[in-house]
Amino acid sequence: MYTKKVMDHFTNPRNMGEIDHADGVGTVGNAKCGDIMRIYLKVEDDIIKDVKFKTFGCGAAVATSSIATELVMGKTIEEALKITNDAVVEALDGLPKAKVHCSLLAEEALHAAIWDYAQKNNIQIEGLEPPEDTEDYDHHVEEEDEFE
Amino acid sequence: MEKKIYLDHAATTSTRSSVVDAMLPYFTEEFGNPSSIYEFAQNAKQAIDDSRQIIADAIHAEVAEVFFVSGGTEADNWAISGVVENYAKKGNHIITTKMEHHAVLHTCEYLEKKGCEVTYLDVDADGLISLDDLEKAIKDNTVLITIMFANNEIGTIQPIKEIGVIAKKHKVLFHTDAVQAFTHVPIDVVDMNIDLMSMSGHKIYGPKGVGALYIRKGVRMKAFIHGGAQERRRRGGTENVPAIVGFGKAVKEATALMDSEAIREIELRDYFIKKVLETVPYVKLNGHPTKRLPNNVNLSFEFIEGESLLIMLDMKNVCASSGSACTSGSLDPSHVLLAIGLPHEIAHGSLRITIGEKTSREELDYVADALVTIVKRLRDMSPVYEDYMQKKIESVIETQYKK
Repeated sequence: MYTKKVMDHFTNPRNMGEIDHADGVGTVGNAKCGDIMRIYLKVEDDIIKDVKFKTFGCGAAVATSSIATELVMGKTIEEALKITNDAVVEALDGLPKAKVHCSLLAEEALHAAIWDYAQKNNIQIEGLEPPEDTEDYDHHVEEEDEFE
Repeated sequence: MEKKIYLDHAATTSTRSSVVDAMLPYFTEEFGNPSSIYEFAQNAKQAIDDSRQIIADAIHAEVAEVFFVSGGTEADNWAISGVVENYAKKGNHIITTKMEHHAVLHTCEYLEKKGCEVTYLDVDADGLISLDDLEKAIKDNTVLITIMFANNEIGTIQPIKEIGVIAKKHKVLFHTDAVQAFTHVPIDVVDMNIDLMSMSGHKIYGPKGVGALYIRKGVRMKAFIHGGAQERRRRGGTENVPAIVGFGKAVKEATALMDSEAIREIELRDYFIKKVLETVPYVKLNGHPTKRLPNNVNLSFEFIEGESLLIMLDMKNVCASSGSACTSGSLDPSHVLLAIGLPHEIAHGSLRITIGEKTSREELDYVADALVTIVKRLRDMSPVYEDYMQKKIESVIETQYKK
C-alpha cells in the first residue's frame, strides 16, 4: 500500500520531536479527522535553522510530516513557502489516493508555523494566509467513479 | 518473533487442512453436477445434503430450512430484501441497529431509497440494544427485525432469545446476522425464535465463498437468484460443491470443539485484556466485558492513531485490525465505535485482536509486550499526548471512562 520511502519515513521519522522556545509553531488538523500535525521552527536570518514535528495520524501522515521537515531544513522562508503538497508526495515516491490529504496537511502545518513566526516577529510575508480554523478543517477524498 | 502471529480471525481464518482434504475429491474425482441424473453425480448431491444436515443440526433447524449461498453478505442481502419483497402487503418497516455489519446496513439504506422505512436502534456504551426501545419501535407496518447475534468489531453479544420473544409476540419476522457467533456460542433457532439467520464458512476454518441462510419453514421467501432448481428453486446456479463440503466439515469440527474452545479462548482473551490494561496507561476496553465473543478483544489507546499502530504491529509480524478512519477507507472511524458513543479522539486509536484455535499465551504475551513499546513510541510522536502532558487537555479515558 505504501512506497518504501513512506515506510522508511514512518519507521525512521526525521526531525521528530519538539523545539524549546521555537520561533514558530503551527498545528493543523483535529482529532475528529484522525490527523493532527505540529511543526516547530527555529529561524535565524530568515533561514530555517531547525525544524521538528509531532504527528498524530496514520503512516502517511507521519511520513509526510517527516519528509516536509527534511525539505525545508536550511531553506529560506521564501523557499520553504514554495514547497507544495505535490512536492511532498513526489519526495515520497507517491501516496495512495486516499492519503493525499495528509500531504496537504503537511503543507498547511508548515505554513501555520511560518505564520506564527511572522506574527511573533511582526514580519509581513506576501501571499501567506493565516491558518484556517483547524476545528473546521475538512479534507475530502474524491469519490470513486460510479457506473451509471 | 520470526513467525507470523495472526490475530485477525474475525476477518477470516485459514481453511483447516482437514477441511481442505475433505474438499479436494470434489474438485477432481466427484466433479459431477449435482443436478445430473447419473449415479456418479449423485455423490456430489449426497455430499451437499450431508453438509446441509450438519449445519441444520448445529443450529437445531430442519434440513429443508438451510440454504447455501456465497457467504454472509449474500445471506444478509437475501434475508432482508427477501422479507421486504414477500411481505410488502403487510408493510415496509424494518428495525435494525446502528452497529450492524455493512452487509445489513447498506442493504437497509438501499431499501430506504426504494421507499422502505428503517429504524436504526441506538446501542448503549457496551453495544447492547435496549429491549424496551425495540418493542416501542414496532409498528403495524413492521415486517422485519434484523439484529446481529454478535458484533464483528467489539464482540458484544445481543440478548437474542429475548429479541426473539418480542418478535414472536408482535408477529414480526426476526433475522440475525450470526456470522461471528456461529459455532462460537450455542445457537438454537427454535429456542431463540429466530426466523432467518446468516452464516459464513471462512470465519470458522472453512473456505471462502460459501455460507448459508437459515429460513424457518413457513417464512415466505421467493427466489433470490433466478435460474435452475438448486436450493429448492430459491437460489439458482450450480452448487459450489467443494466449498459446501468444506463448510459442512468445518461446522462439524467447530461444533464438536465449541465448548472447550470457548473456555480456552475466554481465558486467553481475559488474560490479554488484563495484561494490556495493567501495562499500558490510557487504554479502554470496548464492548461488553462478559457478554462478548470468546475470541474478541477491542481496545482504544488514547493519543494515538490506529493505522500507525497496525503498521508497527505488522513490522513485528503481528496481524490485527483497527476501526480507525484510515483503515476503514473513509474519513470517519468505524460506525460501531461511534454507535457506542466513543469520542472520535479515542475511536481513531482502536485495536481489534481476534484470537483463534492456534493462538497461544506466548503469542499474546509477545503482543502485549510489543504494545508497550509501540504505544510509547507513537505517544512520543503525538502532539495530542504532548498537550496532555503539558496539561493543556484532559484525557478522555480518565475523565469519561474511569469510575
